[in-house]
Amino acid sequence: MRYIRPLSIEDAVGELAKAVGPAAILAGGSDLLVRMKGGFIEPELIVDIKAISGLADITETADGFRIGAAVPCAVLGENKAVRKAWPGVVEAANLIGSKQVQGRCTITGNLCNASPAADSVPALVAAAAKAVVAGPSGKRTIAVESVPTGPGRTSLAKGEIIEAILLDKRPEHAGDAYLRFIPRTEMDIAVVSAGVNLTLDDKGAIKTARVALGAAAPTVLLVEEAGQVLVGSKLDEGTLERLAKICSGACRPIDDKRGTIEFRRKVAGVLAQRAAAIAYKRAGGK
Amino acid sequence: MAGVAVSTTINGDAVEYLCQPDETLLDVLRDRLGLTGAKEGCGTGDCGACSVIVDGRLVCSCLVLGAEAEGRKVETIEGMAHGDQLHPLQQKFLEHAALQCGICTPGFLIAAKDLLAKNPSPTEEEIRFGLAGNLCRCTGYDKIVRAVQDAAEVMKGA
Repeated sequence: MRYIRPLSIEDAVGELAKAVGPAAILAGGSDLLVRMKGGFIEPELIVDIKAISGLADITETADGFRIGAAVPCAVLGENKAVRKAWPGVVEAANLIGSKQVQGRCTITGNLCNASPAADSVPALVAAAAKAVVAGPSGKRTIAVESVPTGPGRTSLAKGEIIEAILLDKRPEHAGDAYLRFIPRTEMDIAVVSAGVNLTLDDKGAIKTARVALGAAAPTVLLVEEAGQVLVGSKLDEGTLERLAKICSGACRPIDDKRGTIEFRRKVAGVLAQRAAAIAYKRAGGK
Repeated sequence: MAGVAVSTTINGDAVEYLCQPDETLLDVLRDRLGLTGAKEGCGTGDCGACSVIVDGRLVCSCLVLGAEAEGRKVETIEGMAHGDQLHPLQQKFLEHAALQCGICTPGFLIAAKDLLAKNPSPTEEEIRFGLAGNLCRCTGYDKIVRAVQDAAEVMKGA
């Protein structure tokens, strides 16, 4: 096995592209090292991306925020500007693991690990976040929901690295929220979860809405119909009931030790309602 | 496998070592450097017994590669006391009997040190949340929480 720490994204892409055996990208390592320890993967090459210029930084741009792929979630949580603009994304990211894990784990890693139960991903999908992908044929920017294709699988090609996650600048009257159900108070994997992102008009009616569900299907789900039902409303009871029904219907969950299909369906709807209420309040709705 | 040459700083001392590319920082500390304070409980980042601080961040050393310590500043339990002078947290853990078998204690002390550095006056709830990444199967946590509260008082007065 070889460990390398390239200084440029081009070098990292080049090394990954020409790797013969299994290769792994290392940022926080909180998934990778566990999988190596368990013998699930035996990489012949580990590419540590933390020394690449810009990858450990959060930058505020004219369009919003650029969160480098190597930014630990603890650092993201300490960034007041991101926290103010995207509280739902930040609280989702800060739910991953313990303080020790927070010091290492990244939202890009959470996305690329492609767990259906990844906490930050429904919030990022609801936020319409984008991923900047660097690869052998250059760079492209894609919607985060197009990255995971199934449990543990992504759409990234050989040699490709996500170098940053982009979040838009927020307009007036905007809010987001993320909620998950776990049987204990913390340090657990979501049984089911929901992320909601809203913008309101001047009168407090919902102008745009995105709803995403976690641990409810093989990948995090963007439920477009759920967003559409919210538009034009002020989250009256009837709308919230329709929202829950659509979310429960959109789920394609599994039965496992953490929850049954029936339970996940029911709770997905409840969490979507509650997350929508929090997002609405954060957006200034009454 | 080719070894990786690493230059790092551990508890203020410049340290150089050779390690394997897949060797964890925990294994380097314990097996190559003789710093056996950090313990391996789970080896998968769940128990916190291997907690160390790297560049001011609390991490599980079992989830860090030894090679990654290049150019970093690592703080371990061995650097917590000043000679014979125990750190207030160590003193209060003794006074409150906040340990039984002791395996989790170095990790708790390092995590508590990090917690108090970032939040000198934590509430009980903040202490319990802050130390949720450290598991203890003996004490039931109450004595640990009280020791940290007491140490926080002492450190504020210092």
